Amino acid sequence: MRTYILRRLAITFPILLGLTIVTFVFTELMPGDFVDALVPPTAIVAYTPEQLEAMRESYGLNKPAYERYLIWLGELVRGNLGHSLVSGAPVRAEIGARLPATLQLTVSSLLFGIIVGGILGIVAAVKQYTWVDQLLTILGFFWISTPGFIFAIAGIYLFSLKIPLFPTSGITDYGEAASWWTRIHHMILPSAVLGLGSVASFMRYTRGSMLDVIRQDYITVARAKGLGEKAILLTHALRNALIPVITIIGLDLPYLIGGAVIIESIFAWPGMGTYSLGAINARDYPVIMGVNFMVALVVLLSNLLTDIAYAFADPRIRYE
Amino acid sequence: MMTQEQTLAGKADEAGTTLQKTLPARRRDSPSYRFWRRLWRHKLGMLGLTMLLTLLFVALFAPALAGIDPAKTDLKLKNKPPSAEHILGTDAIGRDVWARLVYGARISLSVGLVAVGIYTTIALVLGSIAGYLGGAVDNVIMRLTDIIMCFPTFLLIITVASVLPPNIFNIMIIIGIFGWPGMTRLVRGQFLTLRSRDFVTAAVALGVPTHRIIFRHILPNVIGPVVVAATLGLAGAIMTESSLSFLGLGVQQPTPSWGQTLTTAMQLPILENMPWRWLPSAAAIAFAVLSVNFFGDALRDAFDPRTMVE
Repeated sequence: MRTYILRRLAITFPILLGLTIVTFVFTELMPGDFVDALVPPTAIVAYTPEQLEAMRESYGLNKPAYERYLIWLGELVRGNLGHSLVSGAPVRAEIGARLPATLQLTVSSLLFGIIVGGILGIVAAVKQYTWVDQLLTILGFFWISTPGFIFAIAGIYLFSLKIPLFPTSGITDYGEAASWWTRIHHMILPSAVLGLGSVASFMRYTRGSMLDVIRQDYITVARAKGLGEKAILLTHALRNALIPVITIIGLDLPYLIGGAVIIESIFAWPGMGTYSLGAINARDYPVIMGVNFMVALVVLLSNLLTDIAYAFADPRIRYE
Repeated sequence: MMTQEQTLAGKADEAGTTLQKTLPARRRDSPSYRFWRRLWRHKLGMLGLTMLLTLLFVALFAPALAGIDPAKTDLKLKNKPPSAEHILGTDAIGRDVWARLVYGARISLSVGLVAVGIYTTIALVLGSIAGYLGGAVDNVIMRLTDIIMCFPTFLLIITVASVLPPNIFNIMIIIGIFGWPGMTRLVRGQFLTLRSRDFVTAAVALGVPTHRIIFRHILPNVIGPVVVAATLGLAGAIMTESSLSFLGLGVQQPTPSWGQTLTTAMQLPILENMPWRWLPSAAAIAFAVLSVNFFGDALRDAFDPRTMVE
């Protein structure tokens, strides 16, 4: 087990380094540099090209790319993601203030996807080829085929405007001490619309995995020794069927975070999604790259955790 | 048939072509016959195909079906509910919603098809190289896909979309250049398994040149999974285009796009009181993506007999 985790960590480090290189190259490809951002467009006529050049030199912008990468990497390791061109505040602090809201949204959507999708998947597998299974298959197609923002619009139309059950925006009410209930109340609609796609994929994988397991010999043995169908499904089949589903968590996360960008902007959710969209509209490149890097880091770490969790759940992995 | 195939395989390179000539193309037990029969019998798949052909028809004959220029404004007729003249009503500057819906099919389908075409090409090249050559080259390409796959594709797409001018060609390219990692892994995996199969070993032993092994012996066997992935990818690309347009980063006015139309639904009065302005586009996106997913799933089942119960 320990060697597996160590080996898995050893693969993670080059990828982490790769993430920083890709982020740096992206930043390089973005139009304009720090000096362009520092000098207001209206004031640029007041500077001679020599003055601008001198400024670039003083900030080290005319050093070769690899040298600047190493300097940048050194800062990154110390947690410095640069400063926003718009607000001037450190990007790390701005991201730190918004990451919890995004995590709250994506994790609740993921849990919604796992629980509802898992249950529906088991139902579909048990009722294979009946109308229940077929109905769930078609619903699943519908859920993965509709972008989250359409569910968001439909959700607001149905459950906020026509039947006023949920608030249309925000993470909590203004001017009110956020009670647990207010927060959950604000969370239900955005999490549900974001998680519907995940429900569909978890349902599909759980169904497939359940069907695989049900055909295994040890299930036949359990039946042969006279165990009740419920005991077979819930204790013998389900536990093994859920192991492959763990991998889907890691695969699903980038989609959830990508979807969260739009869902956050629709529900005025104060997370990384609204933050990065604002930065994109303002062409605030340090913020955009900071967000991209942080999100990729979150995905990388969760993939690592997924793999380790998988190894814990399935002993065969360790002897690879 | 098997023995016939084996003796023919002995002739290595000409085997494929000779086999095609000697065997009647539509034999009832030929793999291709069985493939088409499985596809034809797939109810959801045929439903998807019908929906997809309808969409293609609408996109091709958009001018005739629309009847009106989708960009023509009429300020005397703004925000009118559906009527005989404008069957889906009009928008805030009096443009015909039906005409914009019909023309929107062109944008969705063309962006989706070109974007998937771009990344399928990239994936075929990278995947074949990685899978066939193996070793260090394979390692570099695969680690690169690992890295790119950590970034949520949609975030990368909106990042680049914010820099480039938002015209339809840039949208196609942006969606196209970030889709390749998943499919590259698929192509590479296929190459890895096929490379160690006997017929490839036989071809290598007989001195068939590498490019011929790749293009004539391995690639045809990779087509199936790639077509399935590309079809399902088309569904994803249509969704991405609509999401980009919804955020205002896609094709710009006056060119009509479904996602862009839905942006107006973000104004609560329009959302609540003028459903004709957003409901058709929302339905069209779901219809398009659903049709492609239905059909793609049927293709997957038809290519892989193990998943079908007959």
